[in-house]
Amino acid sequence: MSDNSSKRVNKTIFTEEMKKDYTILVPDMLPIHFKLIIAIYKKYGYNMELLQTSTQNVINEGLKNVHNDTCYPALLVIGQFMDALKSGKYDVNKTALLISQTGGGCRASNYLHLLRKALSADFPQVPVISLNFSGLEKNPAFPMKPAIALRLIYGVLYGDLLMLLYNQCKPYEIHKGSTDELLARWEHRLGKLLDGNKYLMPKPIYKAILNDFAALPRTKEQKPKVGIVGEIYVKYSPLANNHLNDFLLSEGCEPNVPGLLDFVLYCASDAVNDAKLYDMKDKKTLAYTIGYDVLYKYQKQQIKVIKEHGVFQPPHDFEHLRKCADKYIHQGVKMGEGWLITAEMAALAETGTKNIICTQPFGCLPNHIVAKGMSRVIKNAYPDANIVAIDYDPGATKVNQENRIKLMLANAKI
Amino acid sequence: MNKLYSLGIDVGSTTVKTVILDGEDIVYNKYERHFSKVRETVGEQLKIIRDKFKGDKFKIAITGSAGLGIAEACGITFVQEVFSAFIAVNKQYPDADVVVELGGEDAKIIFLTGGVEQRMNGSCAGGTGAFIDQMAGLLGVTPDELNELSLNSEKLYPIASRCGVFAKSDIQPLLNQGAKKEDIAASIFQAVVDQTVSGLAQGRKIEGKVLFLGGPLSFLSGLRRAFVNTLELDDNHAIFPELAPCFMAYGSALRAEQMSDEMTIDEALDKILNAKSQDTIAVGKPLFESQEDYRAFVERHKESDLKYEDIKTYEGDAYLGIDAGSTTTKLVLITPEGRLLYQHYCSNKGQPLDIIASKLEEIYSLANPKLKIKASAVTGYGEDLIKSGLGVDFGIVETVAHYKAAAYFCPDVDFIIDIGGQDIKCFKIKNNAIDSIMLNEACSSGCGSFIQTFAQAMGYEIADFARLGLFAKAPVELGSRCTVFMNSSVKQAQKDGACVEDISAGLSSSIIKNAIYKVIRAKSIDELGKNIVVQGGTFLNDAVLRSFEMELGRNVIRPAIAGLMGAFGCALFAMEKTKSFNNTSSLLTKAQLEEFAYNSTAIQCQGCGAHCNLTIIKFNDGRRFIAGNRCEKGAGIKISNPMENMIEYKYNSILELENTKPSGEPIAKVGLPLALNFYDLMPFFHTLLTELGFEVVFSEKSTRDTYYKGQQTIPSDTVCYPAKITHGHIESLLEKGVDFIFYPCMSYGVDEGQSDNHYNCPVVAYYPELLKANMPNLNDDNFIAPYLDINTKSHVAKAVSGALKKYGITTKQVAKVLNKAYSAQVRHKKDIQNKAQEIISAARDRDKKIIVLAGRPYHIDPEINHGIHKLIASLGFAVITEDSVSDLVDTPALDVLNQWTFHSRMYRAAKYVCQNDDMQLVQLVSFGCGIDAVTTDEIRAILEEKDKLYTQLKIDEITNLGAAKIRLRSLAAALEEKEAASNE
Repeated sequence: MSDNSSKRVNKTIFTEEMKKDYTILVPDMLPIHFKLIIAIYKKYGYNMELLQTSTQNVINEGLKNVHNDTCYPALLVIGQFMDALKSGKYDVNKTALLISQTGGGCRASNYLHLLRKALSADFPQVPVISLNFSGLEKNPAFPMKPAIALRLIYGVLYGDLLMLLYNQCKPYEIHKGSTDELLARWEHRLGKLLDGNKYLMPKPIYKAILNDFAALPRTKEQKPKVGIVGEIYVKYSPLANNHLNDFLLSEGCEPNVPGLLDFVLYCASDAVNDAKLYDMKDKKTLAYTIGYDVLYKYQKQQIKVIKEHGVFQPPHDFEHLRKCADKYIHQGVKMGEGWLITAEMAALAETGTKNIICTQPFGCLPNHIVAKGMSRVIKNAYPDANIVAIDYDPGATKVNQENRIKLMLANAKI
Repeated sequence: MNKLYSLGIDVGSTTVKTVILDGEDIVYNKYERHFSKVRETVGEQLKIIRDKFKGDKFKIAITGSAGLGIAEACGITFVQEVFSAFIAVNKQYPDADVVVELGGEDAKIIFLTGGVEQRMNGSCAGGTGAFIDQMAGLLGVTPDELNELSLNSEKLYPIASRCGVFAKSDIQPLLNQGAKKEDIAASIFQAVVDQTVSGLAQGRKIEGKVLFLGGPLSFLSGLRRAFVNTLELDDNHAIFPELAPCFMAYGSALRAEQMSDEMTIDEALDKILNAKSQDTIAVGKPLFESQEDYRAFVERHKESDLKYEDIKTYEGDAYLGIDAGSTTTKLVLITPEGRLLYQHYCSNKGQPLDIIASKLEEIYSLANPKLKIKASAVTGYGEDLIKSGLGVDFGIVETVAHYKAAAYFCPDVDFIIDIGGQDIKCFKIKNNAIDSIMLNEACSSGCGSFIQTFAQAMGYEIADFARLGLFAKAPVELGSRCTVFMNSSVKQAQKDGACVEDISAGLSSSIIKNAIYKVIRAKSIDELGKNIVVQGGTFLNDAVLRSFEMELGRNVIRPAIAGLMGAFGCALFAMEKTKSFNNTSSLLTKAQLEEFAYNSTAIQCQGCGAHCNLTIIKFNDGRRFIAGNRCEKGAGIKISNPMENMIEYKYNSILELENTKPSGEPIAKVGLPLALNFYDLMPFFHTLLTELGFEVVFSEKSTRDTYYKGQQTIPSDTVCYPAKITHGHIESLLEKGVDFIFYPCMSYGVDEGQSDNHYNCPVVAYYPELLKANMPNLNDDNFIAPYLDINTKSHVAKAVSGALKKYGITTKQVAKVLNKAYSAQVRHKKDIQNKAQEIISAARDRDKKIIVLAGRPYHIDPEINHGIHKLIASLGFAVITEDSVSDLVDTPALDVLNQWTFHSRMYRAAKYVCQNDDMQLVQLVSFGCGIDAVTTDEIRAILEEKDKLYTQLKIDEITNLGAAKIRLRSLAAALEEKEAASNE
């Protein structure tokens, strides 16, 4: 049915030929991770560039080109692309766009299509590449080969570790900027490591990273920990959440942002869950089961190293997250970030991060259920949990959002 | 001797409050409106304090939504306002259980006992002081007068309180229908209470000792009364402190007391007035570079002016046009040559009938005795009332009136945009007929009345305020969203130090962006065509007009009577219809007008379950006029041999299922809610459970009360109305004493083999999870919610038996009856399809056009669709549903991922409509439905590719059908014109 597309919108395919001299633009979501991913793709001959624009024009372009009731992430991602294409900075005949596609029952699977609609008037020649693991759209010149996939997975693992340690060190650094310098150093080094084969032996690399961060001179003060959960794009992207991480740091808090690997594991486990729930086992199920097991093993290995090192708080164990979820919501809730948001809130509350910000695009459909819908039961279980849901959209102002966060922080200190 | 005091400053969105403490004692407090001149007002207040407390030192803390920016910029301690309240309450009322605080733009609740919890209104929430001000303005009274009025009310009308814009569209028709101001005033306060209870408390009960704070609650006794009655509090449990308006300032003074920083008022003034804000505001280009530019602009627009004729000396025929708009009333009287004899433009002050009658009297008294009003026509919200009240000859749809008027100034006009008090209307013209109509949706009416309210809030007359923007150097970017959002954008801009000029210009450009990007949704300017006519009172504002031209990058035509175009179009229409006839107008004569009087009473229609609120107006000559009805029943008219209506047929066939009971003694009583996807799959589930031996009970038929019943347990106030009302259905089932409720979670809908995937939307799929987590009376025993994929038989057998194990149901048993359940579903579908064909052929026999009313299965619920299907039928169309024709064609070519069952049906229905000349599609969209952001554009594209008109109706809990009516009547008018054009 996918090929039954109309003549209203052009669909330019990304070809081998284009690979040579095209620049592939990547939207701004997870700065640390995406830098590593770009380094990985460079090895395979793709020239990618991370967009880090955050001007008002990005939002304006989004409003112009996307139905305004579409969720904020679509508006920003597409707005950022349109802004870039119109900026004159890129040769629009030598530029392609990369966008992720999960294929769930949420609107997000349609971003790619909305992007193509937006391009059709002015830039029909620009190809759009779908980055997905589920075989939704195939681009012959952009295959998801096992070797690439493995590197990407490690990119996520290393990225998660850097983000974790950065947030645990930055609030306490004695020499201003030292954490950022260290982060930049490791981003660079990891980019190189991922080019060779050493990345496959993560233990010594993890240890080296841990040692470096542990060596940063830090104060011993206690700062309130604030967890950030929510819709994946708004949760991570500084463009979308008005630099929430930086704001929390400036307010004297320690941000605690669960990693991207959890989301990858969540996607893999959903496929397995579905097969079990609805009696639909097939070949793909087996692949997902194996994939899940391998990824989970990687995660456990990383957690073990962090624990043994003994300085930093490790990320949540995914199987533990699943158990957390079971207390409140069924794992069959699999659209958007689904049960994972509920699980992350519970796990954070349980491990001492009682202050939780749940970021969501205004009117996000799954979040009605899994975030706002579940905060009552989580509050019942953890009466001192301090959860605030913040909506993001082009009209919501920073002052309003910050005010609500400050309210939460005031409460945190009571 | 210099003393040391603590000073709390509360800078809110509309007021500045100051409290000074000497130890424990409050020695000073003051409450002052700041009219958005935040810093100046704070400065003035401090100077007053300086003069009173000469030479003394202060510990200072600032609080309040507008205080944050000031505090940050000047380095004085900021205390979050809810936190301030918390401190103050702890000090003065330590035994309070709940605090309710309403401010200018914020509403807050603090639960103190049983787990401290603080709630603030989200970014989409009205129900605050500013909301009350706005509503008072709409009624043409001050908030105090509104309060007085409310005390003498007799009945309450439902008014949506989520945001001011919605409420307006509820109130306006009430006003236009002549409902009593007293009742409306009380209803407004009730709406604020409902909003606070449902929107903020979200499932937590407000009980115990309740403390009420903030300006509106201390000044408005009617509002207090509404709160106390709704929450059922007695005098011992409802506390209204004397200090209520300044309570937050008191709290921050208490906080200041504990700090160490001391300063004199002069030092504080220095800090506050000289502080530089850190954030930079996004700014746009100035509207005019120079005075010359502006002059050239004015000259250019002068070209589109009408000629005048003196009403006192003119002899001959004249034509009267009346536009009874939502907030304003417009009248023109013209000569057959189109010369203007009389014009009037004013706010209708909620009394359009009175105003128009008095203006008509004025015309009669001014006019030369040899002037003869040959014919008259009326349009707008108040059309029906005015027509019957004053004997106007013709009533026409607004769109037609506007097109007539625009074509007078620009015969080859391609595009008309009209921004009025409450509406934005745009029409594309193709082949001399209205080709497509775009109206603003309920949530984005940031139109004329918005800028007016803003001007008033800042202490300016609208004309002065607009003029300020013309030469603003750096207009601020305020975004393009609805009123509530813009309010906070303005707040932010003020915080960042933007001046009134820049804000005025920014607001003008916001309105324009709203129109272009939200309503027209234009991607390129060329889409709009070459010749653009702008009209509506808002465009008389040169700043708005200029912003529009700048945004478009081209010049447009603005007639000098831009605000009167609807009325002018009416006059032209009346002339066209009667010019060559020798007729006498039915308009009330001078003598009749002198006798004219009426009174109005409000009753509830008992004709059907919709229970429309009717307003009956009796004129003193014995005639009667009924307003507020959706169908002919309310108006007391009987239609012989009406067409069958698919929506009703489908709804009734679902309800009838309940009559089938199991043959033997039932195992237990199971409840199924009449909600969400049950409207699609009821035959399946009913049959399945009945065959297994359960007695199946449905929840009550939806009414507004169903919604109220479950309102307290809705955790997300931005979810769609069909989901919200489900809470009430669950309550209804519990009331009916069912043993358990069966409500499966369904990630997937029925796979109809026509889409890439067949999901349900996330809300439909998992709503049972939310219900279970938020409705305290539900537990694993009385709420059974298995995960089902109805497409896999073996799995359904297992899952259902697993869920009903307690009742001894085995997999084998389920497997045995499963085929019957599937057949029931298939039969139901076939029946619907056959009925649709019957209706279609009956319509064709009677030469009627057919509308496919496309939405979700649950849009057949009359409380959700507000009787729109009846409205469509009353305009002479036959109505069928999307699912009754979707199987007749294959999926059309699409540019989106076609992955939801319900939505996939709509794409196919659209294709089917394209294949039938006598069909049109109207799409129902529930407010908050994110997925329809994807489908609406796609369905529009499918239809427009084949030259069909696309009409979208957004529905929510509001019951205002005025906007829907205009759209549907415009659709009907456009179809007629198209037909006429093709027949020529």
